Amino acid sequence: MGYCRRVLALIAAAALGGCSQGVLDPQGPIASAQRLLLFDSTAIMLVVVIPVIIATLAFAWWYRSSNTHATRSLEESYEGRVEFVVWSIPALTVILLGGVIWIGSHQLDPRAPIAENSDPLRVDVVSLDWKWLFIYPDQGIAAVNQLVIPAGTPIQFRLTSATVMNSFFVPQLGSQIYTMGGMTTHLNLLADNPGEYPGFSANFSGDGFSWMRFVARSLPAGDFNTWVGQVRGSGSELDDAGYAALAKPSKDVPPATYGSVVPKLFERILDQTAAGPGSAHAAGAQRPPLPGAGG
Amino acid sequence: MPLGPSVRHCLAPEVDMFGKLTWAAIPFDEPLPLISGIVVIIIVLAILATIVIKGWVPYLWREWITSVDHKRIGVMYIVLGLVMLLRGYIDAIMMRTQQAVAIGNAQGYLPPSHYDQIFSAHGTIMIFFVAMPLIIGLMNFAVPLQLGVRDVAFPVLNSVSFWLTAAGALLINLSLVIGVFSRATWWGYPPLSELAFSPDEGVDYYLWSLQISGIGTLLTGVNFVTTILKLRAPGMTYMRMPVFCWTSLATSLLIVAAFPVLTATFVMLLLDRYLGMHFFTNDAGGNQMMYVNLFWAWGHPEVYILILPAFGIFSEVVAAFSGKGLFSYRSMVWATLGICILSFMVWLHHFFTMGAGANVNAVFGIMSSIIAVPTGVKVFNWLFTMFRGQIVYRTPMLFAVGFIATFVIGGLTGVLLAVPPVDFVVHNSVFLVAHFHNVIIGGVVFGVLAGINYWFPKAFGFTLHEGLGHASFWCWLVGFWLAFGPLYALGLMGMTRRLEHIPDPTWLPLLLVAEAGAIVIFLGILCQIAQLYVSIRTREQRLDLTGDPWNGRTLEWSTTSPPPAYNFAVLPKVEAIDAFWHMKHTGQAPVRTAYEAIEMPRNSPAGFITAFFAVIMGFSLIWQIWWLAVVGFVAAAIVVLIAAWSIDREHEISASEIAQMERAGVG
Repeated sequence: MGYCRRVLALIAAAALGGCSQGVLDPQGPIASAQRLLLFDSTAIMLVVVIPVIIATLAFAWWYRSSNTHATRSLEESYEGRVEFVVWSIPALTVILLGGVIWIGSHQLDPRAPIAENSDPLRVDVVSLDWKWLFIYPDQGIAAVNQLVIPAGTPIQFRLTSATVMNSFFVPQLGSQIYTMGGMTTHLNLLADNPGEYPGFSANFSGDGFSWMRFVARSLPAGDFNTWVGQVRGSGSELDDAGYAALAKPSKDVPPATYGSVVPKLFERILDQTAAGPGSAHAAGAQRPPLPGAGG
Repeated sequence: MPLGPSVRHCLAPEVDMFGKLTWAAIPFDEPLPLISGIVVIIIVLAILATIVIKGWVPYLWREWITSVDHKRIGVMYIVLGLVMLLRGYIDAIMMRTQQAVAIGNAQGYLPPSHYDQIFSAHGTIMIFFVAMPLIIGLMNFAVPLQLGVRDVAFPVLNSVSFWLTAAGALLINLSLVIGVFSRATWWGYPPLSELAFSPDEGVDYYLWSLQISGIGTLLTGVNFVTTILKLRAPGMTYMRMPVFCWTSLATSLLIVAAFPVLTATFVMLLLDRYLGMHFFTNDAGGNQMMYVNLFWAWGHPEVYILILPAFGIFSEVVAAFSGKGLFSYRSMVWATLGICILSFMVWLHHFFTMGAGANVNAVFGIMSSIIAVPTGVKVFNWLFTMFRGQIVYRTPMLFAVGFIATFVIGGLTGVLLAVPPVDFVVHNSVFLVAHFHNVIIGGVVFGVLAGINYWFPKAFGFTLHEGLGHASFWCWLVGFWLAFGPLYALGLMGMTRRLEHIPDPTWLPLLLVAEAGAIVIFLGILCQIAQLYVSIRTREQRLDLTGDPWNGRTLEWSTTSPPPAYNFAVLPKVEAIDAFWHMKHTGQAPVRTAYEAIEMPRNSPAGFITAFFAVIMGFSLIWQIWWLAVVGFVAAAIVVLIAAWSIDREHEISASEIAQMERAGVG
């Protein structure tokens, strides 16, 4: 009994502890709105689902053949009024939910800019085998496996992949979006407060997928500018050769920064991925065959 | 444009007899796959040796392998599905165990290259070689009996369908010992599944086994649409068909409409991989989004291909064991057809996160939630069937009640996932994994298990052990919730699917609960094996001599258990919904005099031989042994043509033979 209680306490603690990092602990307006939608939609449906479960168990119990108190009418298999109600309840629920879906989809469109007084920060995201490259086009710097952003500033992401499909996701900031080779997707997020939020790829991309994680670090605006200055001063440069080396498959890559980036790297990655293995850089994305192993 | 490597290889002067196949394909250096492969080979050889030594080969060949009897084919489908369920389960428990131990600094016992094959194989096997054969097996067994007819429209084609499905299952299992299986997930999204990122034969195993079994499935769809539309007992109008026949019709229509999409999509991916084309590649104008759209244009109807017959089974079971007619039969039929049509209009909800605009996402979100209306109607109708009924708790009814209570939660989380902004934060998480296992285990698997317990006495003439059936139900129900309840929580905590290594140690307790749940499910499977064993041992005490052990309502209960090869000596005359119930209550006994001769189809080895050559063709295509692939294809084509042009395909059972068999009361 005591052991059971300890296990239960551990599970409860884990659930709560996990909430400090997941979808239920939003740290920005997008994620907050999404959690609200999650709660609202669940509540709307529970109004129907809970009575249905109770009725199922109640009918299953009460109308068991051994119950001598139950009223039975075995010949009855149709009743127009009941049928009307039976279609109406789910229909009304879905009409209500349909409105929620329409409004929610438009308000939380990943492409829609976030209205805020401060100017947005632009960040270009490239998924590689198996790490994340973040380019700050306006600052001329880049980082691998760490995303540093100013709190309270809308972030405009442009995303692509130099390899297979991935999905860029920081649960506490909200919406994820796919990254795809030769194509650009768009995402707008905002972190309310300074903090560190885990991010990762949410679409399986091969053997190093589990290690494709990064930390989204939200800093006070002043600290962010200091960070940009430090990175610029750090000297290392992401040039063509550096990118080609970076694009080769590797996993569990420690965070790194680049003080300068060749101009228009994001656009060039887009073009190179679409152009195929003939181009110098995309060649790094070819994976060698693995030795045999049965499934 | 440069030729793909395979073409270059093919055109090379020193063409290798065995294509890509070398001794390196056998995993001598990896103990885990090698040992499991050897164990499987030993078991298979032992079974084959037993069959040969005991002299069962002629019996199996005559009564099962070449049989075109829909009942026998149905049983073989179910055996195939249950055997593959064990394989899929082993994959599942290996994944659960890896996720329970590979946390923090620990790497677990499986390297990524192996773990990725396991989850890809688990999904592929569970959908294509467990759920599909089980559903199609029950359709095969029950639909002609419920319609009051003697067989399906095309009995030989039916045998071809089954054996092609078995051929696909065999190919996928060959990857255990020869080479590797796909590491590109069960949906095989490019460009990961393209040659550039998956250069080994794994994806080819995936594609060819599904292409071959997919043809079998398509033929099944054609067969059942024809059977249900064209072959029904006299008087059985559409609105008198049992609901299971309606749902089987809807499923067959979906198969006919959806499976060609999958086949065509896979053909394009194969052209990319084998001939260096660029349908879905990153480069040269390929478009991976097209594959994702096409895959789910098949994939979403597939969900309803699986669940609709399960709904049909529950409709039969709830009515039979409540002692009442199904509440609002017409609503049930229209809800079935509504789901059938709507299922083609929602595929985009599998990728709201691909960057479509708000209007597109909203429309597909709303369409998806609309499916909850006919589904909700079905749930209410089952409830009102139980209301004021006289419910007898045999195993199938337990599964039905457990299904309703479990499935509505799965429906709720499904509609949540249909709200695009909510999907943005739980897409591809283990919340999604929990959702679809909730509807597939809670819906399809419970339905199939209910169906097997329900129709077993009809198929074999004796009932299954109730106590062990109840025990298996409770294990499945509790095991399911223990295994997947935690995944709902973990998904909200930010755990994405297909992780070979767990980044957050605080997830461990919930992962251990999930592992425990998987073990409880295994206890459920063990109970079923025990149930089968005990029931066979004690079959003399549990004989079903009436042919109607549950006081059934539909025509399959009007004939003997097991039914004779021709099902009904005289075709029943149908005058109402629940035809057999109507007969019993108006005092009409089945006609047992004035027999006429019956034409029945002859056995045919065409299915087995076609599938044999299909395996050879598939295997040689996977390993690029081109000459053998041509041999396999030509031989399979010749067998099909010979079978198609054969004239002497039926034999007659004379009236006196029938009278004799009917008097004996056995088939």
